[in-house]
Amino acid sequence: MIEIFSFEFMRNAFMAGIMLSPVLAVVSFFVVLRRLSFVGVGVAHSAFGGIALGILLGISPTLTAIAFAIAVSNAIGYTGRHGKLNSDTAIGIFFAFAMALGIIFIGMSDQYNVDLFGYLFGNILAITGEDLIIIALLGGLVLISIFLVFKELLFVSFDREVALVSGMPVAFLDHFFFTILGVSVVISIKIIGIILVSALLVIPGAAASQITDRYIPMIAIAIAVALISTVGGLFFSYYADIASGATIVILSCFIFFILFIIGRCRK
Amino acid sequence: MKEHETDIGNKKAVYAELQDVWVSYYNKWVLKSICLKCYQGEILGIVGPNGGGKSTLLKVIMGLVRPQKGVVKLFGHRPDKHTRLEVGYLPQISKADRSFPVTALDVVLMGLYSRVGFLKRPGNKSRKVAMEMLDRINMAEYAEKSFGILSGGQQQRVHIARALASKPKLLVLDEPSTGVDSVAQEDFYELLAKFRDEMNISVIMVSHDIGVITAHADRIACLNLQIHYHGEPDSCFEPEIMQKVYGKNLNIMVHDSRCATCLKKHEHND
Repeated sequence: MIEIFSFEFMRNAFMAGIMLSPVLAVVSFFVVLRRLSFVGVGVAHSAFGGIALGILLGISPTLTAIAFAIAVSNAIGYTGRHGKLNSDTAIGIFFAFAMALGIIFIGMSDQYNVDLFGYLFGNILAITGEDLIIIALLGGLVLISIFLVFKELLFVSFDREVALVSGMPVAFLDHFFFTILGVSVVISIKIIGIILVSALLVIPGAAASQITDRYIPMIAIAIAVALISTVGGLFFSYYADIASGATIVILSCFIFFILFIIGRCRK
Repeated sequence: MKEHETDIGNKKAVYAELQDVWVSYYNKWVLKSICLKCYQGEILGIVGPNGGGKSTLLKVIMGLVRPQKGVVKLFGHRPDKHTRLEVGYLPQISKADRSFPVTALDVVLMGLYSRVGFLKRPGNKSRKVAMEMLDRINMAEYAEKSFGILSGGQQQRVHIARALASKPKLLVLDEPSTGVDSVAQEDFYELLAKFRDEMNISVIMVSHDIGVITAHADRIACLNLQIHYHGEPDSCFEPEIMQKVYGKNLNIMVHDSRCATCLKKHEHND
């Protein structure tokens, strides 16, 4: 047990996982309630374009990825409300666009030693002290801002029309949510990877919804699911010597199945 | 024009007024030259076929759609942020998500959010108001029950408690009979009349169900792109048509032609 913490990269990975769990869990609570699971997939993939741009320009890929993710996320939200297409179609277009840009940027870049696999599948070896500070700052910001507008977000998620009539700033809340969704995706990429990060934007909330129908317990259970998955997944991947991001996701899926069965049996 | 116009007969304030309102979507008129008045303390029923502009009319009244032409007044003012706080809205219940993790009390509390204010949390005072509202709809014992497990009729009553929690002057209902069985419907309209009398509010409800509207509204308006009749419910129809209306589902086409007759009658009376 001690051995695992003697490595700095493992300590960093655990700290990142513990800090990200509440962020992903709370965001997943709203993703599930608002049925936006596929938006998470689209936004995560579009972050690839941003990472490639950062590599090409020689600046922090995290910053450019955040810019890309926020832009695509809000574009999906905007076209979903105003355009003549539904969100599904908008996601299909924007995430393909951003990924295609990413592939071209990577081709233009002369840096061949970049760990693209690390971004796609997650690489806990790549989590630096700087990343931990970014996760702490942005993750904290996401949690605090959700806490501040929680009741409004809940109302809009429950009953959009009535929320609008009663004077809730519905458009603002939409863009706010799409923005924090983009930020949460990007800060989780190094630990879980672009391909799988959207799983943790769905599974904790979905798992919690199987065994409770109150929102405060649902959020608490979602946080517990995320924490057990990340911490347990990191331990297991270390000792079994397998990919950590995938292990975290598989563990969270197992927890989902268990809670699903418990929920069924209770009925 | 005076801020609060009064009716000559009963001196009641006009809560909602539309003067020659025109609305178009994609270059097609969906509302033409609408003139409508709703007085304090009355239930105004708006009937008409689907696609006749009922939902758009509600949106215009609530200030969510701006007409291309004409004047809309709520409580003597143009609809804005302040008038919005005076309007309670009851959507069709089928639109609510049954698996949403909230209790009946949580739902009623939502009606108070805009009064609680941005960045603040509803406190004990709000909870007390919400509990009182649940008590008034005889659902206090369901306060901590999940909203999703309630029946259609119970959900609708919770919706009305939410809409009235912030003590609005005007209540707007969209197809209140949808998804509610006939016994619950009767209870619901009784409740509506009770609130109208106790709180002296106005109610505007739209439905394609002409039987329900004529039975429970103080005055009605027949709408199909334009208003074909606006007045007392019973003077709109011939007795044999009324029997038809209450006996069976009314064919929309029959209803249209009745409305056209009403228009003639209406002009005649004027």
